[in-house]
Amino acid sequence: MRPGHVARYGAIAILIALWAFPLAWMVVASLTPEARLFGGAAVGPASAAGAAGTGAAGGAGVVWTPDLAHYRALFTERQFWLPVRNSLVVAGATTLFAVLVGTPCAYALARLRFRGRGLVGAAILAVSMFPQIAVVSPLFLMLRGVGLIDTYPGLVLPYLTFAMPLTVWLLAGFFRDLPSDLEDAARLDGAGRIRAAVQVMLPLAAPAIATTAILTFLYAWNEFLFALSFTLGPDRQTVPVAIALFRGQYQVPWGQVLAAAVVASVPVTVVVLAFQRRIVRGLTSGAVKG
Amino acid sequence: MAAIALERLTKIFENGGRRGGGEARGTTAVEALDLTIADGERLVLVGPSGSGKSTVLRMIAGLEGPTSGRIRIDDRDVTAVPPEQRDLAMVFQSYALYPHKSVRQNLSFGLETRRVPRDEIVRRVAETAAALGLDGLLDRRPAALSGGQRQRVALGRAIVRDPRAFLFDEPLSNLDPRLRGDARAELLRLHARLGTTMVYVTHDQEEAMTLGQRIAVMRDGRLAQVAPPMTLYREPADTFVAGFIGSPPMNLIEGRLLGIPAATAGIRPQDVGLTTPADGVIAGRVEVIEPVGHVQTVHVAADDVRLVAVVAADQPVAPGDAVGS
Repeated sequence: MRPGHVARYGAIAILIALWAFPLAWMVVASLTPEARLFGGAAVGPASAAGAAGTGAAGGAGVVWTPDLAHYRALFTERQFWLPVRNSLVVAGATTLFAVLVGTPCAYALARLRFRGRGLVGAAILAVSMFPQIAVVSPLFLMLRGVGLIDTYPGLVLPYLTFAMPLTVWLLAGFFRDLPSDLEDAARLDGAGRIRAAVQVMLPLAAPAIATTAILTFLYAWNEFLFALSFTLGPDRQTVPVAIALFRGQYQVPWGQVLAAAVVASVPVTVVVLAFQRRIVRGLTSGAVKG
Repeated sequence: MAAIALERLTKIFENGGRRGGGEARGTTAVEALDLTIADGERLVLVGPSGSGKSTVLRMIAGLEGPTSGRIRIDDRDVTAVPPEQRDLAMVFQSYALYPHKSVRQNLSFGLETRRVPRDEIVRRVAETAAALGLDGLLDRRPAALSGGQRQRVALGRAIVRDPRAFLFDEPLSNLDPRLRGDARAELLRLHARLGTTMVYVTHDQEEAMTLGQRIAVMRDGRLAQVAPPMTLYREPADTFVAGFIGSPPMNLIEGRLLGIPAATAGIRPQDVGLTTPADGVIAGRVEVIEPVGHVQTVHVAADDVRLVAVVAADQPVAPGDAVGS
């Protein structure tokens, strides 16, 4: 290998290590009993085994074995399935509405010529510019006024304030990039504007819509401030809020927190893996000249 | 099949878009254009880029609304009719094949939108595919086709519909030169077989000459001349048409002519002969020679003019030679 290659692969290895290490640590720590979490040597199967050899681990020559105690505690004592369900419902509904409403909206912004188009686009973007902390209080008062505090709609509606601008702007950019000849061809082929949009443009936008949906879902899944402010008890708390409230008066149950973090990462990972092929495949290839 | 009439057709594109108020400022793409295309005619719109020829075609198609003026198809005013109801077919420069549909679906889409019965769709797609040699490709996606195949699918998508007229927007400009010649012949055969009105836009004067029964030369949104190809070639209306039609371009020599104080004389390069400096009317020096095979193009610089001559390939000339013409 030439020196350039060595440097390049070295850099890649370092990047991967930097990226993967906290994740690996999180998984390992979530499988380690609380008592051993702060028991001396760094966690990790190899280092724990090595540490056992030198006797520095404090344990009686144990080799590290996965322990599901934190997960058990999470789902029995903490009833963690409740915030998981809440997060799925809220993030799922937010994504659904944002994509259902945002897609036609983005199409119109990108493709139709109408008076005030620039203004509408700017206004949609402006909505997402307000710092969340600035709108929490007024939103709380509004939601309380209509009796939506501590309900699913009480979270989905505020979430749409940041989810809609996100979907509309991402998709509008994508629709603008689709060759307009395709739509023109569909019109000449006898399809009305709506049919051309649904049968020609929409299938081409599918990968972009999937990507946008994933991003929206991630935002909603990770959102903390609104979820903390607009819920009152465990019945409607979402995952980030529930994890934050694990902290007791005297101690932080790190093992359970990390186990919860692993659980919270699972749906995201599943969604990304499921849609990966759609995202990567460039459906527009071959539409116009090669 | 249909006759198409354009009456005082004008298109002004607004600049900048957003700041609309006040007087209508914008770019005039097409200005008060009058043109009648006869039923079954092959009309070519030709002109340099920016001359408004594509805009005219898009207005006929209904993809652009005219700022003023009217469009009639068979005496029916279609100015306000949306493109999907005009029953025209268009072949785009980019081909614009639906990338998510197979060739078969690309061909049948325009029939499905018009609610043609299923068995007739199957029959017509098969006929068209056979006529264009697309039989083996029906289940492929456009991405899996070569440039020439894509061009034939685009053509097939237009003819399978049996429309009132075909609109072509530089459909051959993405093909390599050899395929382009084949495709031109194919279009002429197609027109002979179907007899459908064709409006063809190109910036290539050679393509215009070979494909048009009449050619409309456009310049800056106006018609410079509308005439059969040979009339354009022999009797151009002005120096623009004279310089645009024919290759290499006509020699235009400024000067006085038979008592007219300022005039321009046009001489086709093919009509310029080269001889010795003493025998010629204009004496000059050979600058550049471009051999083409059976002929060679010779660029001659004289005192105050430059001349281009096309002479036989076997005439001995070399750069730097003193010649007369």
